[in-house]
Amino acid sequence: MSQKLTAKDFATSQEVRWCPGCGDYAILKSVTQALADVGARPESTAFVSGIGCAARFPYYIESYGFHTIHGRAPAIATGLKLANPELDVWVVTGDGDGLSIGSNHLMHALRRNVGLKILLFNNEIYGLTKGQYSPTSRVGTTSPSSPRGSVDTPVSPGHFALGAGAKFFARGIDIDKVGMSDVLQQAHAFHGTSLVEIFQNCIVYNEDVFGSFTERKNAANTQLHLKHGEPMLFGEGNDKGIRFNPGTWSLEVVDATESPDDVLVHDEGNAVVARMLIDLHMPVALGVIYRQPAVSYEDAFYSHHPSRMQRTKSITDFITGPSSWTVD
Amino acid sequence: MNKNKDVDSIVVRIAGDSGDGIQLMGSQFAVSTALSGSDFATFPDYPAEIRAPVGTTFGVSAYQINLGGGPITTAGDAPDVLVAFNPAALKVSLPMLRKGALVIINNDSFTRRNLTKAGYLDDPRDDDRLVDFQVVAADISRLNLEAVKEFGLSKSEGGRCKNFWALGVLMWMFDRDLAPIEDWVRQRMAAHPTLRDANITALHAGHAYGETAELAAALPQIELPAAQLEPGEYRSITGAEALALGIAAAGELADRQVMFCSYPITPASPLLHRLTRLGELGVGTFQAEDEIAAICAAIGASYGGMIGVTSSSGPGIALKTEAMGLAVNAELPLVIVNWQRGGPSTGLPTKTEQSDLYQAVYGRNADTPIPVVSASTSGECFDMAIEAVRIALRHMTPVILLADGYLSNAAEPWRIPDMSSFAPIETNAVRTSDDDPQRTAFTRDADSYGRPWISPGQPELMHRIGGLEKDVASGHISYDPANHQEMTELRAAKVESVAGFLPPQQLECGPDKGSLVVVGWGSTYGPIYQAVRSTGTSFIHLRYLSPLPGNLGELLSGFDKILVPEMNAGQLCTLLRDKLGVHPISYSKVSGQPFLISELIGKIESLKDEPS
Ligand SMILES: Cc1ncc(C[n+]2csc(CCOP(=O)(O)OP(=O)(O)O)c2C)c(N)n1
Ligand code: SF4
Ligand SMILES: [Mg+2]
Repeated sequence: MSQKLTAKDFATSQEVRWCPGCGDYAILKSVTQALADVGARPESTAFVSGIGCAARFPYYIESYGFHTIHGRAPAIATGLKLANPELDVWVVTGDGDGLSIGSNHLMHALRRNVGLKILLFNNEIYGLTKGQYSPTSRVGTTSPSSPRGSVDTPVSPGHFALGAGAKFFARGIDIDKVGMSDVLQQAHAFHGTSLVEIFQNCIVYNEDVFGSFTERKNAANTQLHLKHGEPMLFGEGNDKGIRFNPGTWSLEVVDATESPDDVLVHDEGNAVVARMLIDLHMPVALGVIYRQPAVSYEDAFYSHHPSRMQRTKSITDFITGPSSWTVD
Repeated sequence: MNKNKDVDSIVVRIAGDSGDGIQLMGSQFAVSTALSGSDFATFPDYPAEIRAPVGTTFGVSAYQINLGGGPITTAGDAPDVLVAFNPAALKVSLPMLRKGALVIINNDSFTRRNLTKAGYLDDPRDDDRLVDFQVVAADISRLNLEAVKEFGLSKSEGGRCKNFWALGVLMWMFDRDLAPIEDWVRQRMAAHPTLRDANITALHAGHAYGETAELAAALPQIELPAAQLEPGEYRSITGAEALALGIAAAGELADRQVMFCSYPITPASPLLHRLTRLGELGVGTFQAEDEIAAICAAIGASYGGMIGVTSSSGPGIALKTEAMGLAVNAELPLVIVNWQRGGPSTGLPTKTEQSDLYQAVYGRNADTPIPVVSASTSGECFDMAIEAVRIALRHMTPVILLADGYLSNAAEPWRIPDMSSFAPIETNAVRTSDDDPQRTAFTRDADSYGRPWISPGQPELMHRIGGLEKDVASGHISYDPANHQEMTELRAAKVESVAGFLPPQQLECGPDKGSLVVVGWGSTYGPIYQAVRSTGTSFIHLRYLSPLPGNLGELLSGFDKILVPEMNAGQLCTLLRDKLGVHPISYSKVSGQPFLISELIGKIESLKDEPS
């Protein structure tokens, strides 16, 4: 039982039904690999999803799986985690599922810090319903429901999360194996809600919407891979860095060889810098942007419960109430 | 109030401003009534606003209790005793009173200002509006303030003790022991010693007033016969308390923990509050962010192996609908409690109604059958909670338990059941050792169609569930047309199969053949029971609404006419017509108030007179 499992052990025999070339395939691979790497056990792992292309995920993972209803996965997963805190509970959601119909539940899972690993597949579109614009679509997105371009201001998943009181927020790119491996393992290790925004390419309805920073050949200059305690460096040979500009109260790119001392060192616990990193456009910040350990909801729930959910008394101890009388 | 010896029960109504502590006074009087050995039924009737404008008729909060030898099953049609704390309370209550009733009024509150607020142009004490009653006008506010003067409370703080003062008067009238109430006050107000002592002092002062004041000559002392209750140990219980205990008891009978997930709403919240106190019975409570999250968390908990329970009233139940379909499709156990209230929309939040029967039986998208059961009395909420869990676990299905706002708050004496008389609640064992755990998870029992309850954490049984249609045998996703037909039929057959496990429907009373039978469900049990007893009419009361008991059609066929009184526009009538092809006569009352016994007797008699 305890022999080391491989990524293959976490794959199912189910025929995968995403469009050829969909970013979801790469994410699936990274997730099965990460499960093997962290030593997860299929029987104590559960994937809970809502509805959407992304939400088909549980069928393809060899573990317990619950494909639920649109937007409600965080609420269902909360109940599951409360019922059995020993489980590794993953939630798979999309930008529509998690930030439109289900944003309320996502917000409350985050503020409660329930021990869930939430993977938000952001493709800035409603894939499953054939390509309508989503709450993360940029202004002007043309789609079947916005032929003249969308007018709504998009929500930023990172700001949403931090605003809701999230204690862990990270980002990854579907096809970035190394980055995803790191982020998924960190998310797994976090005690509480870890939200991972994954930039996912919907090849059919929103192709290359993240192309400006996901293309491999220019990745060095467009991606900032954050590591706690290390300077924020990127570019060919790490020649560039990120510094804080006190004049504009924002982050900016600096020549790291000229002014190495200006380069910020990443501190995952700093929410102010995390917010600036979320807003950074070029390069795009990836990896664990914010992490602030706190007591998880299930721990608080159980330690607050008079008997840690155990039945320590019998109904007969309670049934007579405050006072009773006898009729002969 | 011309209390004669033959009368073996008496109806007391306490009414005042919602800030006067009426409900507290009423419930303490009920506790004392219980301990005195009387049978009783209560009806707390309070406004929707937490602090409605002082002195107005719509801000009147009332507590009615019917007590005596019994059997007592309603809070009574017409009060024999009224305690009115202000003119508005008097105005609202006068039309209900029995002729000759004793009316105790708080003289001090009959100021010009209060009379105007109540809509009285002239003081009703000065003219003939009270001639039919025996009036005791006491300076309750002043006497109470004098009594608690020694505690140095502010006028408003001291004034708030007047409910205990008035309770003291009632205690004297009914010759009750003050000690249990004192104990309660001591416990409840332990953190506020001055208030505690002031309230106890007010209680005693009211009691002494009854005994000594010159006015007391007008106050009768009332002796009631002991209740004719079956021997046993009794306690006072409200529907919310009984349902909470029932859920916890079901957990014990099934040897599973219970996770109760809910979002506050009137009149469902008392159940949430009660269950938070039952942690040591393996019960957890989760206050979700909305009703959808509440049912979803309950489904998640059920998936995780605990008994998931959620509760709300109509508007919240509407929000839960989509998730109920998920539980049906995923074949997970779940109990959904609906404390019905007046609607549509926000409707009458604090008033009772039975108008969610269609919603429970028919109110979902697609062919999504769910068993529906209901509780008739406060005490029966205990039994029906156990029944709901039993059905949910046996058939692996969500179950709707209908209760209502009246039951939630109404107290009655309840014979404490012997827990060994309840059979353990069984779950379906994992039967096959198929190589494919997906198939194992959806191998169903031949009689109940229940599948095994397999939760994450169990080795070698990893499988997937969800809202997509699945193959009837393998449990894998299937879009096959014939399979969907088969699964739809299977889901219907599963709910129908519940009837095979039910006890046959019995007549509550009366002959099993005749010209008229009254059929009821839910909290109308109390008034119907009294009405059929006094008219010698046959009576069938339903606890199982979907599916209906298998022998119901045959039972009904013994009668020429079927009368269905219900607090909605005729929903059970429709259901009976639909399922059994019978044509009942509907007697509908949707005033937010329970049926009066007299109304039902009138209706029954008019039908008996009418040639069929
Ligand atoms: C209650 C409900 N409303 C609407 C839908 C239709 N629907 C299914 S998925 C979806 C959007 C999915 O978008 P997203 O979450 O971004 O997932 P993606 O398909 O892009 O992975 C919608 C609107 C539904 N299934 N249920
Ligand atoms: S529609 Fe887009 S997101 Fe959905 S499977 Fe196809 S490529 Fe992937
Ligand atoms: Mg999407």
